[in-house]
Amino acid sequence: MESLIALWEWLGTNLIVLQILIKIVVIVAPLMLCVAYFTYAERKLIGYMQVRIGPNRVGPKGWLQPIADAVKLMFKEIVIPTKANKTLFLIAPLLTLGPALAAWAVFPFSEGLVLADLNAGLLYILALTSIGVYGVIIAGWASNSKYAFLGAMRSAAQIVAYEIAMGFALVGVLVAAGSLNLGEIVRAQQSDAGIFGWFWLPLLPLFLIYFISGVAETNRAPFDVAEGESEIVAGFHVEYSGMPFAVFFLGEYANMILISALTALLFLGGWLSPLPASWVDGVFLLGDGIHWLFLKTMFTGFFFLWFRATFPRYRYDQIMRLGWKVFIPITIVWILVVGLMVVYQFAWFS
Amino acid sequence: MTFEKFVFYVFAAILVFAATMVITRRNPVHSALFLVLAFFSSAGIWLLAEAEFLAIVLILVYVGAVMVLFLFVVMMLDIDLATLRAGFIRHMPLALLMAVVMAVELFMVVGPGNFGLDKVPAPVAQAADYNNTESLGSVLYTVYMYPFEIAAVILLVGIIAAIGLTMRKRPETKFQDPSVQVKVKKADRLRVVKMEAED
Repeated sequence: MESLIALWEWLGTNLIVLQILIKIVVIVAPLMLCVAYFTYAERKLIGYMQVRIGPNRVGPKGWLQPIADAVKLMFKEIVIPTKANKTLFLIAPLLTLGPALAAWAVFPFSEGLVLADLNAGLLYILALTSIGVYGVIIAGWASNSKYAFLGAMRSAAQIVAYEIAMGFALVGVLVAAGSLNLGEIVRAQQSDAGIFGWFWLPLLPLFLIYFISGVAETNRAPFDVAEGESEIVAGFHVEYSGMPFAVFFLGEYANMILISALTALLFLGGWLSPLPASWVDGVFLLGDGIHWLFLKTMFTGFFFLWFRATFPRYRYDQIMRLGWKVFIPITIVWILVVGLMVVYQFAWFS
Repeated sequence: MTFEKFVFYVFAAILVFAATMVITRRNPVHSALFLVLAFFSSAGIWLLAEAEFLAIVLILVYVGAVMVLFLFVVMMLDIDLATLRAGFIRHMPLALLMAVVMAVELFMVVGPGNFGLDKVPAPVAQAADYNNTESLGSVLYTVYMYPFEIAAVILLVGIIAAIGLTMRKRPETKFQDPSVQVKVKKADRLRVVKMEAED
């Protein structure tokens, strides 16, 4: 064990590139596993909600279903439509997955457990989540198909609308925490009130708006007009098959996990324990730790699946109205309220 | 060559390549995507200059929002290259003249008279805890408060003007009024008719 630690420190001083690569693998490999089992959880949960059983054939209780799906997609033929723009057609899925993975670089999993402790971490996350839309737009255009193109256009308009609400919600977090560093934002939520000291309570409207905008940004139900199987078949990825389709799929689920984890981090106290620190400090599993972050991420991730099983798809004009006329005014008003709370050191900010 | 220099040259080479492609590609969608690549590489160069706030905001605003809308429009246009080329020779002299004037202006501003290794001292690397966002904000909201506020107001006027231009009544469009939809009662839509049972 000690020699391993010594080797790790030696890597840090002499071969820092290799050390960073190992860290990236340690983050991305479990993330991919989470993505695989998130799809399984989705199918099972929606199955139960609709009084079905869901996948139960591959492995005990269907546990190996995601593996079987991955293997199937890997060996399927990649069909490229005639007259499609081949390069862009193949780059598009990567542009969806890439930002979804790169955003994890600044994500603090626990005290000090972060790959890159960036000063402007929140901005970095916002920038990366905003460029995820390129995958969808380019896929829709490069496919040379009406349905794909319609899906791309819908997605572009929707994401630009909700990005503004999302950005304003993050401005509220920034004002409350006084820092763009994600670790600092979590530390700012630490108090003797435990769960009631986290930002979800003083920033309740921003919390809800951030999460709903996150659902819209990931093109998930009830905001999945970019796919809209009943009217435009499957939207932007209608022409995709095999591995490029699988990469789109991975990107969508990685984005969902990212939004869930960010909501947990920014509004639900990240790795902090919900019990007051003075009660549980040092108590096994009750104190602060990475397991709380996992639990909170699962909690917020569950909502994505629940929404999909519950809500019908929004009408397009309703999506635009909600984004521009409801969310943006509410966020602007609440930023002002948060500013006043911080200036007058109200309850959470004293 | 130090590592920083190497990174700079890589980003600079990609930037020049992408910028050239923007003006030489026939397909406007390709041009727009190369412009995105150009923004990315210039953001990389800004990061190297320890201006991380500007670098990330460049990506957030220009790549994440402006270019998305740009692509949105460019993809919807049916651009006929033949009509675009029709006036090429006719407009050539004027275009050449403008290009020369712009080149001379650029040369006067960023030419060797003002820039160069001997003119500007090498920037000193900031300490590890240097926060570009904070230093930019503290200058922007103190020293440059009025210019900043005036710029913000001008932008606001621009937004309102742009929205005002699109506000025209078109009688043929069908529009749903959500407040009316929400207020609908059962009695407005449904009439229960009592009928005698027929026998």
